Amino acid sequence: MTDQVHLAIALERAGWHPAAWRESTARPHELLSPRYWAELLRTVDDAGIALATIEDALSLPDRFDASEPLRRDRVRGRLDASLIASFVAPLTRRIGLVPTVTTSHTEPFHVATALQTLDFASRGRAGVRLVAGASSAERANFGRRSSGVDTLPPSGRVEDSPELLAAFREAGEFADVLSRLWDSWQDDAIIRDVSSGRFLDADRVHAIEYEGEFFSVTGASIVPRSPQGRPLITVLAHQSVPYRLAAERADLVYITPHDERGLAAIRAELQAASDELRGPGERLRVYADLLVLIEETSSAARDAAARLDDRAGEPLASDARIVVGSAADVAEAVRELAAAGVDGVRLRPARQPADVAAIAEQVVPLLRSTQTLREDDGAGTLRARLGLARPESRYVREKVAL
Amino acid sequence: MSSPVRQIHLAAHFPGVNSTTVWTDPTAGSQVDFASFEHFSRTAERGLFDYVFLAEGLRLREHKGRVHELDVLGRPHTLSILAAIAAITEHVGLVGTLNTTFNEPYELARALATLDHLSGGRAGWNAVTSSDAFHGANFRRGGYLDHADRYERAREFASLAKELWDSWPDDGVRADASGGVFLDDGVPSRVRHRGAQFDVDAVFDVPRSPQGRPVIVQAGDSADGRGFGAEHAEVIFSLHTRFDDARAFYDDVKGQLGAWGRDEESLKILPAATFAIGDTAEEARERSREIALSQVRPETALTYVEQVWGSDLSGYDPDGPLPDIDPDTGAETAKGWANRHASARKRVAALRELSESEGLSIRETVIRLTANHTFVGTPDRIAAEIDRYVQERATDGFTLVGHLTPHGLDEFADRVVPLLQERGSYRESYPEGATLRDLLGLPAARRVPAFATP
Repeated sequence: MTDQVHLAIALERAGWHPAAWRESTARPHELLSPRYWAELLRTVDDAGIALATIEDALSLPDRFDASEPLRRDRVRGRLDASLIASFVAPLTRRIGLVPTVTTSHTEPFHVATALQTLDFASRGRAGVRLVAGASSAERANFGRRSSGVDTLPPSGRVEDSPELLAAFREAGEFADVLSRLWDSWQDDAIIRDVSSGRFLDADRVHAIEYEGEFFSVTGASIVPRSPQGRPLITVLAHQSVPYRLAAERADLVYITPHDERGLAAIRAELQAASDELRGPGERLRVYADLLVLIEETSSAARDAAARLDDRAGEPLASDARIVVGSAADVAEAVRELAAAGVDGVRLRPARQPADVAAIAEQVVPLLRSTQTLREDDGAGTLRARLGLARPESRYVREKVAL
Repeated sequence: MSSPVRQIHLAAHFPGVNSTTVWTDPTAGSQVDFASFEHFSRTAERGLFDYVFLAEGLRLREHKGRVHELDVLGRPHTLSILAAIAAITEHVGLVGTLNTTFNEPYELARALATLDHLSGGRAGWNAVTSSDAFHGANFRRGGYLDHADRYERAREFASLAKELWDSWPDDGVRADASGGVFLDDGVPSRVRHRGAQFDVDAVFDVPRSPQGRPVIVQAGDSADGRGFGAEHAEVIFSLHTRFDDARAFYDDVKGQLGAWGRDEESLKILPAATFAIGDTAEEARERSREIALSQVRPETALTYVEQVWGSDLSGYDPDGPLPDIDPDTGAETAKGWANRHASARKRVAALRELSESEGLSIRETVIRLTANHTFVGTPDRIAAEIDRYVQERATDGFTLVGHLTPHGLDEFADRVVPLLQERGSYRESYPEGATLRDLLGLPAARRVPAFATP
């Protein structure tokens, strides 16, 4: 069992506290500016954070926030996360870039090729966080679907809602199609054979011919195989159905344990799902989420949290465990998770850029000094950095099996 | 009094996946590695081009039931690569081809608005229609739209995209921290759109971008395409490059602008153009010939006629006469090529006429049709020709494509651009803080606000 972890960060506009944009350190007028995102990503890249997720949604209200009328004291409006990731790719060196993509409205073909392009532009650092489901606000923006749900059923369980269950089946198909498209060009498809005049060998490019419940995709990707072969697929999961999606289709899952017992239970469930559903190859990497608010001292942090809660008009609520404290408090929480055996910890900064800076300048050095942070050996790609092998195209394997 | 010198506008087209792009040259680089896009966009900026221009891939081309092997194949996702280029350039515009058939307006409008924010106002959209079930097979929507429906969808798509962009006022983000008001009431406007193609009740989630609306480029040449151009386009990427042809097209399209309340300068026409440069006229002709022979190799020529005839012609000699058999009008050997809708019989007849009147072999006929370079000459001669087109209102400039990836425009930027500058019809530097609209000399996007509020 390991007691070292990778650190990930979850970037979300002004931060994860709904009143974060009102802090004096916030830059609420710059949330759409290229400089804001370039600076944030460079900060966490230089600090040695392994990967950054970037939140997204296809609606003005946040996902599952159906409050009418729209609350006007919250950050509204955003940029497309996938394009933010592509934009920062040439400006960063080592960090994994993991935009959020919803699977209910987008085209798997476009998403697959966008992520391969991100993989080329970042020289092998692309990933994606897939989100299942479509809120009513998103549906209205697209106008293509009438059915769907915004909230969990009374039981709180996805399997008790046919619509949510369908959304997760769709997400599973989506992930499957992504990886098939990513495999559709063998690594050696481009031959540039001047004597025969052939640029590529058509036998090494494969139509995926996928027909599913929600969509069909016939051809090969338009993008040749990218540096990582397959960009990383990641999901955030809170219960059985998403755990099973992660076990079957993802490279990495973010979970939200609130204590050690909760963590053990989630890991057991993920393990059981993996044993049942996961094919051969790499084991599912497990990252625990923490929402963090950091000040010089624990009491200063509590004061800041109280100030923010007061402005928000309600105490901060989160699916993830909240750590309000000093950098040492956050480092201790990360160490506990590392000792409990997770592969990584994803920090959600309550305030951007303030808590991002605190993570980079204080938390990371503390974790480094106690050797809690897994250091890299100069690995080039995100997969290599996380210790994941570069997958071979499934079409090569099929051919060998014949 | 002489009229003022008209300014030339140039776009830099990244070489695509057809025989124009020569990959057999030992210096030819990758069509997908970011280093190629870095080099290409830096050349475009050195040459003070208005914008870099990228095509779009939706499905790999096929020939005789197999993925086409002879040309460069594979390319990046248009928007993603433009966003990455935005990070390493400062001035040049970023125009991507994005179809209206296999995208949804909300998603594409937000991606383009994002690109406009990230680039500081340099985004443009070449709106194209896609037609066939071949491409549709890769998408949820699938299926087929006939020609009229394609343009109906394109028009409705463009109108809806503009409504979404216009739904935010210029200074829509209040972000008043002390008052706790991030957005004022009524911002943004709700966009209710009910049409034959789209039925949405949308609240757009990207505040207004630096240009207000990205520049809209259009390439279709049918009557429907020209109509769409006159209504929505701010740049037209045409295939009319011969001088008389270009001027007729210019007159036709610009003549339609009045009906939409637009003036001549609100639309720029930048036809596709290729070139071959030499120190002397003779050397340029030799260079052009050399490039043409690399572009149309014997197997490329046969593939071309196989596509027209719709049958396997592998027994024919590329250096011999055209096949004497009738085309197979029931077959479609080529899938995924644009602009090849004319009937097989008509195309065969045209090829025969060209070949017979000049005694051309299969290969020479195909060279004449696909590798006939627009500008062949000394840098001085090419600069004079480009200037003539623009001063005499045959075009507003050109969309240049080199035959090599990624350095095919280097020589043009280094040798022709300075001569255009000497003529006084090309910029000496980028104006500080210019948007793509500014570079193109287009009017600012006038916002047409909606009424309803969310």
